[in-house]
Amino acid sequence: MPMNVINVDNLTFCYNGLEAISNISFTVKRGDYLGVAGPNGSGKSTLIKNILGILKPQKGNINIFGQPLIFFHQWDRIGYLPQRISSLNNHFPGTVEEIVQLGMKKRNAIALKRTLEMMGIAHLANRLIGELSYGEQQRTILARALISQPDLLIFDEPTTALDPETREIFYSLTSEMNRTYDTTIILVTHDTGIIGKYARNLLYLDKKVIFYGTFEDFCTSPDMAGFFGSTSQHMICHQHDKTENNV
Amino acid sequence: MGLVDILNYEFVQRAILAGMLIAAISSILGVFLVLRRFSLIGDGLAHITFGSVAVVMLIGVSPAYITLAALPLVMLSSLAILKLTHSRRIHGDAAIGIVSSLGIATGIILAGLSGGYNLDLFSYLFGNILTVTQTELWLSFIVFLTTVATVVIFYNDFFAITFDEELAQTMGIKTKRINVLLFLLTAVAAVLAMKVAGIMLVSAMLILPPLTALQLSMNFKKTIIAAACFSILSVICGIVLAFLLNLPAGGTIVIFNIGFLLLISGAKKIWPLPR
Repeated sequence: MPMNVINVDNLTFCYNGLEAISNISFTVKRGDYLGVAGPNGSGKSTLIKNILGILKPQKGNINIFGQPLIFFHQWDRIGYLPQRISSLNNHFPGTVEEIVQLGMKKRNAIALKRTLEMMGIAHLANRLIGELSYGEQQRTILARALISQPDLLIFDEPTTALDPETREIFYSLTSEMNRTYDTTIILVTHDTGIIGKYARNLLYLDKKVIFYGTFEDFCTSPDMAGFFGSTSQHMICHQHDKTENNV
Repeated sequence: MGLVDILNYEFVQRAILAGMLIAAISSILGVFLVLRRFSLIGDGLAHITFGSVAVVMLIGVSPAYITLAALPLVMLSSLAILKLTHSRRIHGDAAIGIVSSLGIATGIILAGLSGGYNLDLFSYLFGNILTVTQTELWLSFIVFLTTVATVVIFYNDFFAITFDEELAQTMGIKTKRINVLLFLLTAVAAVLAMKVAGIMLVSAMLILPPLTALQLSMNFKKTIIAAACFSILSVICGIVLAFLLNLPAGGTIVIFNIGFLLLISGAKKIWPLPR
């Protein structure tokens, strides 16, 4: 039986007394590809920041790889790609090579070369990150998330500003990692179509859990048909069926 | 009087040596502060230093130890700024504003209350590196070693936090600990820089050399080294010119810093860096 990579139990987080997420519970097993969806302000990013220890929940428990979050130290097992690098300015004096190795205790030239080539940014290795296009910057940050070959990848709205071609490459790559290396993936996006195409499980939030389960459950749920409308539900499920048949 | 004659004076030697150490400290820390948009922290801490100097003068600390005595209050205030910066209700610039207003207000009130030491207190506004004491030279040396050792030991953590604090946190970096180190060292740098450039120009020592180095579009380590070089060069040129022309050293040093910034920015426009 696959081990639990993440176990979230009754999680509640408030900003200035207002509940951003309330009583969230779910489990992610090894090799899962979980899509987290919901409208703007539904608490998707807040949930991820709680899992990553950036925010401290008021209530509830989070276990990562079987350990309570406060005792968890194996952060190199997790690769995180944030929505955007808020503090990045055009004069940041970090080269692509430096950024990809960010936070690594030991430099690994082979892993660096492999990751840069995989992301198609080997020719940019010595360029400053501020000089790159947004797409190239995002690929650099993704390379940083992948370099340590983590067991868990968390993507928070990763492709918002990417062109369709790069977006497709990104999702194909993550799918391949999930299938080939059993890498667990959590993908946060408001685009349910994308989730339908790539993820196997869905967590739909609107401050609380609206739906959590497999796509098969989602597609046959009359409650979800009522919540989304049967047309939307059908469109999401159609994307999923199409991909399942293609794989 | 020639350059060699100037360098024969013991107080000039002490001033140049202390100035170089303080320039290196403030510019190294300045690179992290500027990139993290904490440029104005130098201003805030300088104002706090003004209040702290007023407090230690009122207590009656000997002038030779005023810099040392003012340190604890400024360090505590830097931690207060850090705490407020991370508050969700107050932005970083407002946090600096609050603590800085408190410092300057305290200084003014204490100066008004005691009356007798106003002149001494206000001399700190403009600084005078040529009056640096042996104690301050030793303090500068110790702080220089501490700063370099801290940045070398925690280089990866400092680099990651400067790039993105949240991302650094997800890598297991103890961001709070690194922030405390950075803010405490900056507090000490601000107190020392007060001696070089005066309270009014402390932030110039922290901001200008890193900005100049950033114009060169180099990698992170080279940027830090370049910032330190520009800062040290400004101090040497500033002290020598100030001595020769009988000018205030603090202002002259800062003018050299601005000169280097304009020179490098201008040169970059005429001869863009190769890619």
